[in-house]
Amino acid sequence: MAMPNSIFGHPAIDCDVHIAVPNTAALMPYLDAYWYDAFRSRGIERTSFTLTGDPPNTPLAARPDWRPKSGKPGSDLELLRSQALDGFGSSIAIANCLFGGMALHSEDLAAVMCKAVNDWVADTWLDKEPRLRASILVPQQSPELAVEEIERRAHDKRFVQITLLAMGNELLGRRSLWPIYEAAVRHNLPIGIHAGGLYHHPTLNGWGSYFLEDYVANAFAFENQVVSLVCEGAFAKFPELKVVLIESGVTWLPAGMWRLNKTWRGVRPEIPWVKQVPSELVRQHIRLTLQPFDEPEGSGRLERFVEQMQSDQLILFSTDFPHWHFDGKDALPLSPSSPLAPKILYQNALDTYPRLTEAKATAAFAPKEISP
Amino acid sequence: MDRHVVAKVADVPPGDRKLVTVKGRPIAVFNLKGEFFAIGDKCPHEAGSLCAGRIVGLAESDVPGDYRLTRAGEFIKCPWHGWEFDIRTGQSWCDPTGTRVRAYDAKIEPGAELNKGPYVAETFKVTVEDDYVVINL
Amino acid sequence: MSIVTAERPQAQRPQRQKLSVVDCDIHPGFSTPEEIHPFLPERWREHVKTFGGHYRQAFADTLSHPRMAPEVSRADAWPPKGPPGSDLEFMRAQHLDANGVAYGMLMPLNRGPGNQRNLGYGAALATAVNDWQIAKWVTPEPRLRASIVVTQEDPEAAIAEIEKRAGDERFAQIMLPPRSLEPLGRKRYWPIYEAAVAAKRPLALHVGGINGYPASAGGYPSYYIEEQHTNVQGMQALVTSLVLEGVFERFPQLRVVLVEGGIAWMPALKWRLDKHYKRLKAEVPHLKRLPSEYIHDHIWLTTQPLDEPDKDSDLAETFELVGCDRIMFSTDYPHWDFDDPRFVLSKLTLSPEKQQAILAGNAKALYGLK
Ligand code: FES
Repeated sequence: MAMPNSIFGHPAIDCDVHIAVPNTAALMPYLDAYWYDAFRSRGIERTSFTLTGDPPNTPLAARPDWRPKSGKPGSDLELLRSQALDGFGSSIAIANCLFGGMALHSEDLAAVMCKAVNDWVADTWLDKEPRLRASILVPQQSPELAVEEIERRAHDKRFVQITLLAMGNELLGRRSLWPIYEAAVRHNLPIGIHAGGLYHHPTLNGWGSYFLEDYVANAFAFENQVVSLVCEGAFAKFPELKVVLIESGVTWLPAGMWRLNKTWRGVRPEIPWVKQVPSELVRQHIRLTLQPFDEPEGSGRLERFVEQMQSDQLILFSTDFPHWHFDGKDALPLSPSSPLAPKILYQNALDTYPRLTEAKATAAFAPKEISP
Repeated sequence: MDRHVVAKVADVPPGDRKLVTVKGRPIAVFNLKGEFFAIGDKCPHEAGSLCAGRIVGLAESDVPGDYRLTRAGEFIKCPWHGWEFDIRTGQSWCDPTGTRVRAYDAKIEPGAELNKGPYVAETFKVTVEDDYVVINL
Repeated sequence: MSIVTAERPQAQRPQRQKLSVVDCDIHPGFSTPEEIHPFLPERWREHVKTFGGHYRQAFADTLSHPRMAPEVSRADAWPPKGPPGSDLEFMRAQHLDANGVAYGMLMPLNRGPGNQRNLGYGAALATAVNDWQIAKWVTPEPRLRASIVVTQEDPEAAIAEIEKRAGDERFAQIMLPPRSLEPLGRKRYWPIYEAAVAAKRPLALHVGGINGYPASAGGYPSYYIEEQHTNVQGMQALVTSLVLEGVFERFPQLRVVLVEGGIAWMPALKWRLDKHYKRLKAEVPHLKRLPSEYIHDHIWLTTQPLDEPDKDSDLAETFELVGCDRIMFSTDYPHWDFDDPRFVLSKLTLSPEKQQAILAGNAKALYGLK
């Protein structure tokens, strides 16, 4: 595979960088006549759909040296190029654009927002930067409209996954959502579950007080989603389905598996379609992006994670650019000379995202030759 | 290997089970529609007494949402954490490669051929025509 | 001879040594549903007969996910008469004597006073359950200790109940459900913590509670196996709330026991809290130390259901990361996911001193038992 080495001495694929729609008005060119008129006459174009769970000015939202002089973190292509792509020497980066409009209660309006964002991402980012890949934003409230958007976008191989949020209306294993997985499998698209939510109660104990509290709680929601996908039988139904947990925190997973395996041994007859210990299904179907990697710095938890999960295929390199989880170039909590490094930096991503290899002939694998 | 008389057939009617002790080992004896099976009574997990568990069938499924019960009455579910064991083989269903309970050879032999085993004392109370459950150990 | 040998060695149990444990989670049961009625004042006795309980969920008499065993209990824990956990003689023989229980902490979940929407009924029920614990259990069996059951949504009533019981040493702790209307760190619950500190009792938070929210941030789980797993997330959210709201900064004497939430999730939660706290400190300036430091100083965890990684060494590592001085043995008797002390010992590849601390020492120190 002809990918140049990153700063870690191996090629790198960054599986989570963030790009941002600067404002709702930027989506206007992608609306049909009805919605164009509605956005204008209702003032929607001037409305900020900033998510409660994603306030742009917190220290977490952008590293001080990664924050643009003006505009939202992640809204500047030049910064993404110099800091995320060139900065780490990544050959490919998969972008997530979590525009808040997807959380609207009107599934129609949410669908319009997602569609516009996807088109905007293609024009504004993918056409300009061949190392970039993107995720299809879908209205998770409506499996039907989500599938419609997947079908509309799937021909564009630069879209390599489908984005769902960790805290939605329904747990993601539920059968009502299966049409989305059917479409995902049909088009070789993994499901990327990203931290964040449509905003209901952030934990089963209700609404806390702090943004920090909600951010920490994302890990809990991810664990419930893993349990749901396994127990509802999503993987029994779709043996090809791959799910990537994005910005999940990672280190909670082994303990979660010990617990789930144990419970399953006792209550297996409740879900007889689950025929293997859950951790085995997780090894087969679930992947996680690296950052943020929740550990005390330098504690070697990444190696322990691999030992405890008994697989070196689960972790996909990510910087979570421009979010602030580490300083300088310390994106890889591992010695680059470890045999795990190439797996985590790029091999696992290639195995997870079939579309990265399908796009082999594109500029991504020879970034120097094409300049936008 | 000795043969041990552990019960009268009539003591363990079809679908029932009986806890016996052979050479100090607790053993659960089951009558599956007239066939006898015996497995070690201590669950390999936390040592719950299998004999005190519920007798169940096997829940199976081809696709999510599909439920099927097969082999009704052929599994014992540990009274504690519910692990299921195949009464015929001692095989654990939730962890077939890693966990088994011992399965012992249990036979019915005509009463007249028997002369030893923990049940011997009581044989005097029964007629020699009665059949006994015997474990080889 | 068809002896099938176990490929996985049977759990190694230490030879019949004399066990002496403190069991931090025993569930006492009513022999009949009406057993509590004599402990209720006339007004509420009539109320419960007419209206019953009133909850933030679909069902009046059961939880929303049917369990996998009748009464959530061990199949062998049914006394000759009545439901599991309702017969002291039977409990003595099957559990207290057989498992060397030197002290047992009662965790009455009966009728969930803290879950009642009618606060007046909830408070009366809490008082009744507390009197019932003394009358039926603690008086005849001095190895048992009661918990002061309170209604967290009515702090005034909760405080009155705590003050009423504070002088009675047979009440070891204060019990409320972790799934309250709001996360328990929030200010509305602080008066209860003040009373707990004044009464010198730890808070015992046993998994459960009915607050009307789906059991995950992503919605309702379909199956019991999923819902059971959310006990962990309930505990995680609880710890997060108590720490970030500054409850331990405000009440430095407060001690909290998490019951039946398991343990293995705690290290990763500490790492996550510490890591993101460093970035977002400005939002919680009332905190003076790392979240993990508050956790270690103020929170105790109970062992059951014992986490079971494939390798025992992973369990030992986890215990060390949590802190072996903060972990206390529990069985959950008579519930189905009961842990046998011999099994727990066999899984803990720790020094004998640490094993002893977990089985009995830590609880004796926390509760001031001899
Ligand atoms: S003791 Fe049998 S399943 Fe746990």
